[in-house]
Amino acid sequence: MSDTHAQSVAFVRESEIPPAPPPVAETGALKWVRENLFSGWFNSIMTILGLIVIWYLLSGLIPWIVNGTWEGENVRDCREILQGNGGGCFAVIAQRWEQFLFGFAYPDEFYWRPTLAFLLLFLAVPPALFAMYLPRWTLIATGLYPFVAYWLIWGGSILSPLVVLLGVVGGYFAFNAGERRFGFALGLVAALLATLAIWWIGGTIAGEFSRVGRLEAVASRDLGGFMLNMILGIVCVSLSLPLGIALALGRQSKLPFIKGVCVVFIEFVRGVPLITLLFVANVVLAYFLPPGTNFDLIVRVVIMITMFSAAYIAEVIRGGLAALPKGQYEAGDSLGLDYAQSMRFIILPQALKISIPGIVNVAVGLFKDTTLVSVISMFDMVGMIRGPILSSTDWAGGIYWEPWAFACILFFVVCYGISQYSQWLERQLRTDHR
Amino acid sequence: MTIATDPHGAGQGFRVGQLISDTRYRSYTFQFIALVLLILAFGWLISNMFANLEDLGQDISYEFLSNPAGYDINQQPIPYTSQDTHLRATIIGAMNTLIVAFLACATATVFGVIAGVLRLSNNWIISKLMAVYVEMFRNIPVLIWILIIFTLTANVFPQPRDFRGEEATAAPLFGIIPVTNRGIYVPAPYFTNGIGAQEIEPGTKVTIANSASSANWLIVLAVLAGSFFAARAITGWADKRQEATGERPKTWAMILATWFVPIIITLFALGLHWDIPALRGFNFQGGLLARNSLIALWFALSIYTGAFIAENVRAGILAISKGQTEAAAALGLRPGRVMRLVVLPQALRVIIPPLISQYLNITKNTSLAIAVGYMDLTGTLGGITLNQTGRALEAVLLLMLFYLTFSLAISAIMNVYNNSVALKER
Repeated sequence: MSDTHAQSVAFVRESEIPPAPPPVAETGALKWVRENLFSGWFNSIMTILGLIVIWYLLSGLIPWIVNGTWEGENVRDCREILQGNGGGCFAVIAQRWEQFLFGFAYPDEFYWRPTLAFLLLFLAVPPALFAMYLPRWTLIATGLYPFVAYWLIWGGSILSPLVVLLGVVGGYFAFNAGERRFGFALGLVAALLATLAIWWIGGTIAGEFSRVGRLEAVASRDLGGFMLNMILGIVCVSLSLPLGIALALGRQSKLPFIKGVCVVFIEFVRGVPLITLLFVANVVLAYFLPPGTNFDLIVRVVIMITMFSAAYIAEVIRGGLAALPKGQYEAGDSLGLDYAQSMRFIILPQALKISIPGIVNVAVGLFKDTTLVSVISMFDMVGMIRGPILSSTDWAGGIYWEPWAFACILFFVVCYGISQYSQWLERQLRTDHR
Repeated sequence: MTIATDPHGAGQGFRVGQLISDTRYRSYTFQFIALVLLILAFGWLISNMFANLEDLGQDISYEFLSNPAGYDINQQPIPYTSQDTHLRATIIGAMNTLIVAFLACATATVFGVIAGVLRLSNNWIISKLMAVYVEMFRNIPVLIWILIIFTLTANVFPQPRDFRGEEATAAPLFGIIPVTNRGIYVPAPYFTNGIGAQEIEPGTKVTIANSASSANWLIVLAVLAGSFFAARAITGWADKRQEATGERPKTWAMILATWFVPIIITLFALGLHWDIPALRGFNFQGGLLARNSLIALWFALSIYTGAFIAENVRAGILAISKGQTEAAAALGLRPGRVMRLVVLPQALRVIIPPLISQYLNITKNTSLAIAVGYMDLTGTLGGITLNQTGRALEAVLLLMLFYLTFSLAISAIMNVYNNSVALKER
């Protein structure tokens, strides 16, 4: 500054002026509302429309839930209690929840068995889902689970699942030994032979001692309700994953015959609706089995749904395989690995990681599609609601939304949970640093 | 396991051991083994099939297709009576499948695009509302949605008798479209002049019974096609003028006239009338009935698939980098043109492949019609025909072939389109 005013300074500010609060419209909730809800005339109209929709939905939903009753033996009791106040008759769920979950034919004194199997699921699944945080040995729980669950749900002697388990374990060791000595392909053959041998021997022994560790057997046709959806979903996804990997590798293979077979299979299965495959399971598959054999319907359905989802998983994994840079394949070759080794150690770990979101999408879709078995008169959740529950004399007429809402909630919880898990897993597996 | 190909070994002739140890021959060995296994497996299955057929005293024959069907179909795009053959019933089923698939694809696209765009909106309420819609419909099976909407139409919509008399509790939508628990009645258009017109005595009432043949729709279609090409010619002429003089002539009035004047004149000349549904007896008569099975299937499929399409649309729009929009704005394009000329063509390239597979999903999911009694192909051929004739193998095979052909055809057509919009890389 010039020094003209040097003497005339009467006041020198020594402290900073405290900052003034920003204008009311520029802070806090008001600013947020202005910017997000009423930034223009179009935006304002949309906000108001949105509020009207929400109001409309809630004004129907809240009285339905709040005024609803859980008491009552049948629909007439419900009407009496509700007196037309718009409440829901949730008594149908309170009365019939066991049928919703287990079907109408599962013996009620054994409900603890599928329930226990379901609870054990929470022990068996985390080692596979959160493999990076839990010690490796916990995977034993995952490996044992299918056999325990089978024994609990279907009952019968514990020896038969035990023999199957022994066969699988024996096959694993045979594969390890065989692979070290003769290579991958012959290792597989050795594993197959060992497994079949153990099953054959064990099967005869188990037949002799069929009273050991015996639970009352429950026939497959007695399974139903949400339990059936869960069983079909879990079994078919687990089975279709290895099959899908094999099909994807086959489709990417350089061997023209194998590639052709895989392409035809995948495109055929993807081109037809699941219902036609279920028709095949229901009425056609029996024609192709040796005369006199009689498969469980549930086994036939599992076979067809597994084929169906394997084709979709194969396409997802093929995408993952195609997305890998060519250098990864060449790196495997240049290390001197053979096809099986380079796939197991280099290609598949990366390709599967890329494919996780797609695989989870297929799994969720598959779980939802298990409801289609109600079309071939199996009594899953949807089949139970349409058949035994809504047409029973107690609940027919006037009850529609409560059972469907219950089904919607169960499916939503499971499917939304799976998709949230996949998003979490994607973040965990992201090894590039962004 | 891999044993490097020995360059000197090639001259020494062929040894049997090379079939396993030599990479040149090993692939043939594996493929041969696979072929033999496949042939054995198929041979086993087919021999089982013949053994089973013999046990049951059946054979494989498609003669049942020419036998009278003996059942009624509640939605008939072409005339059909229960005396007609199974083949005709099958064809009607296939047409019904295509009808609902086409309708659902169209509306699902509309729902999906709207929801996808709105989910990206700055408006917090709207975007959260759309997120709820998408998550809710994606995570609950479509079969449950179909059944819920079917229950809704069958139990909540008013009965036809509610429209009757002075104290009617329900009124047709816009006065002409009654929404009942049997379905929605829509006024049906028909022509009195044109191809197949009958002489009508003056004073007689014009009805759908004495109308001209429906082949007149071909004339209408031809006129619309003519308008389409004329409008394109006008746009082309405007483009040329713009290139020559730098000024674009105003064309919107001409284009509007090209679209509307010919079709209005044609419809007037053909004598367009509307058959308006009216309450007669216990039910509405006249008009077109969209049964509630069709409504439920159509609406459920489109709103369910719409949620998936919304996610595809959102992903497509997010895939376009913000720089593209800014660059277009820097060139001086207005927001509408930025969207139309820069963002949408690039976003479509990302959106179309998943959209195709959603259309295929809709087509395959129409087979759920059997759950609500809509007579599509699965309901006729795979349902009643199969159960009446007991020809499970043949019926299921035909059913699968139809869906397979249709799926492959759609994906072929869509792939051609997809290639035409794909990124042209040098």
